[in-house]
Amino acid sequence: MTTPYTLVDWVLGDGAGWLARFIGAILVWAVPITGFVSFVGLLSIWLERKISAHIQCRLGPMEVGPHGALQTVADGVKLLAKEDIIPADADRILFAFAPMLAFAGTIVGFAVVPFGPGLIVADLDIGLFYLAAVGSLEAIGVIAAGWASNNKWSLFGSVRAATQVVSYEIPMGLAFVTIAALAGTLSMVGIVEQQQGWIANWFLFRNPFTWVAFIIYYIAALAECKRAPFDLPEAESELVSGFHTEYSGMRFAIFFLAEYAQMYVVSAVAAVLFLGGWYTGIAPLDAAIGGGTAGMVVGAGVIVTKSFLLVCVQMWLRWTLPRIRLDQMMYLCLKVLMPFGMLTLVGSTVWEHFLPSPAIVKDGGGWTGNTVMTGVVVAAIGTVALVAYVRSVIRATPSLRAASNS
Amino acid sequence: MNAPHTNTPAAAPSSDVRSEEMLLNMGPQHPSTHGVFRVVIRTDGEIVLDSESHVGYLHRCFEKHCESVSFLQSVLYTDRLDYLTSMGNNLAFSMAVERLYPDLKIPERAEHIRVICAELNRIASHLLAIGTYGMDIGAITPFLYCFRDREKILSIFESICGQRLNYNYVRPGGVAYDIDDSMIAAIKDFCGYFRPKAQEYDDLLSNNDIFVRRTANVGVLPKDLAISYGVTGPSLRGSGLKRDLRRDAPYSIYDRFKFDIPVGTGEKGTLGDCYDRYMVRVREMIESLKIVEQAVAQIPDGPFKSEQLKGKLRPPKGESFVRVENSRGELGFYVISDGKDVAARVKCRAPSFHNISLLSDISKGCMIADMVAIIGSLDIVMGEVDR
Repeated sequence: MTTPYTLVDWVLGDGAGWLARFIGAILVWAVPITGFVSFVGLLSIWLERKISAHIQCRLGPMEVGPHGALQTVADGVKLLAKEDIIPADADRILFAFAPMLAFAGTIVGFAVVPFGPGLIVADLDIGLFYLAAVGSLEAIGVIAAGWASNNKWSLFGSVRAATQVVSYEIPMGLAFVTIAALAGTLSMVGIVEQQQGWIANWFLFRNPFTWVAFIIYYIAALAECKRAPFDLPEAESELVSGFHTEYSGMRFAIFFLAEYAQMYVVSAVAAVLFLGGWYTGIAPLDAAIGGGTAGMVVGAGVIVTKSFLLVCVQMWLRWTLPRIRLDQMMYLCLKVLMPFGMLTLVGSTVWEHFLPSPAIVKDGGGWTGNTVMTGVVVAAIGTVALVAYVRSVIRATPSLRAASNS
Repeated sequence: MNAPHTNTPAAAPSSDVRSEEMLLNMGPQHPSTHGVFRVVIRTDGEIVLDSESHVGYLHRCFEKHCESVSFLQSVLYTDRLDYLTSMGNNLAFSMAVERLYPDLKIPERAEHIRVICAELNRIASHLLAIGTYGMDIGAITPFLYCFRDREKILSIFESICGQRLNYNYVRPGGVAYDIDDSMIAAIKDFCGYFRPKAQEYDDLLSNNDIFVRRTANVGVLPKDLAISYGVTGPSLRGSGLKRDLRRDAPYSIYDRFKFDIPVGTGEKGTLGDCYDRYMVRVREMIESLKIVEQAVAQIPDGPFKSEQLKGKLRPPKGESFVRVENSRGELGFYVISDGKDVAARVKCRAPSFHNISLLSDISKGCMIADMVAIIGSLDIVMGEVDR
């Protein structure tokens, strides 16, 4: 694969030497990415507060800035000014190191998350593999935090985190492999480019099994972010605050930031793998935008929007669902998601072998081949959703329930 | 195969991995012990092998206080027992004092106001119970839905007696203040408002699959165990026993109202599990609403307190015992008077104390998360456990 055209090249020109490229990469990527992570954190925390508030018939923060937009900044200042407490019996070095490890584990994931065409820190050939590998680094930080705190509740939190990692990683990996088998590449950019053209080219609509893969991935991603219903490691009502019980001030803030950054990473990965990355899903529109600077700007807007929509779904789920139990989490991941993940992998490859979609070609075609399949899938999902809705209405209405039971 | 929603985790397979038991101190400062309640849990990993409850952190000598302040002042202390059902506490203590007088007649209007307030308070208390229970299970939103509706009841109480908590409203001889038409209209409004809202809790929580799996078959309390521990209230009815003092030993004017007594049916799991106890509370709110509607419809005019009790209360020599069905079970007051203006002895039978006493029996072999679910489903108020 030839070296792709990246933002560094765009800034430095093509002829730059390795040292210039290295320094350029730091200036062009590391600094802005850290800034972007902080921004994502601030925005997500504000979004979470407003979304949860509106779900719960409240207003949420309204005082600092318009609709409380600066509340998180104010809270950040407060956390910075707080006393830095390390419990007397804690493992001081590990205690201080754990939040950094968690944050670093999250932020290195951004290296392969594209923000648009060419807007990627490193388009690794093994991008997806790298992501799966570093994805669990954050959990190491969490486990270290719980262990270093020397607190039984924190220990429970960290053991739960470890349990959760070994449970969700397998179905998540199977979802990855399903897409990698379809795309024929592990490069994030390569995967996105396979989904060029009409919306039917998105891997989500590629075949019925990718729908399942998407759902499996999303559930596993919820577990990776430790979001409800998988917030077992911090389980406020059970483990006080789980692994970060003993953390306060900026160390706590860093855990918090890492969690929100992680939410963005998994959502962006979902957008890349299933939702067409930076493509709008309307072939003529993408063609009209073209490449170059306009393509970068629009592409960045598209992929960030898709990611934030998925982040909002995570928040929606969190404020709706109760927490599942540890054994139920393991049951779900290992006995439900994993077999389905394997089924997805096999089914998807078999489907592609016998019913190869003509849509995968990059030359703009595609609407025809996938139309029938997409229609079938949408109809099937619509039917299931309708039946589920009718059932929930019947269950929720006593008179109907009585009628259906008799 | 071990279904995921059963309460019996698979026995740890024998292996070379060495594991140790750990003593875990849950409380007195823990988000889910509903106050300063402490449980020492012997755990094997996440599995609770044994637990031991410790109470007494909130002991305030209620009974001794009652021997040194007047009867009217004692009513104030009853507010602080089960602070979520102050009206019921006031009612029980007032009735115990009233029973010391041989021919005391409580005006009809006062009786109606008492019933209305007690039942509205029961709804408010159950709203808090199911809201916090959702929070114990990890769902935060139902809590705020419940508080939205609870606030409406508290506002009604504020207009009636000036307080949103610790009302000190029902007093020996009647109630402290009369209620006017605007308050009655507010109560009627609330009845119309609440009935459809109650459906929201079912949609959001009761029928949620995760919630059902977290509560069904968890913390099963068999009927005989409940009886032998003296469990009362929704926790007893959750085990399938139809026992409610409002029906079995009617006090005040409860015999005039039509209402059902919901009991646990084991609809999602085993009879007497956490889900049954929870559902009994959800359904009782509607039954209480029925009583409020009937009482409001037939409330007569007239005095709101008895003219026979005036000035400092000096009940004649004697003793009385009164028990009422409070939101958490049977609340009993035993009062001995020796003719002075303070009681010679007061004994309080608090339902939460008896309900929580069986915790270690029904929590053996569950997981720590279930422990939280069980404590929440017993719905204790520590102000009442420790008195």
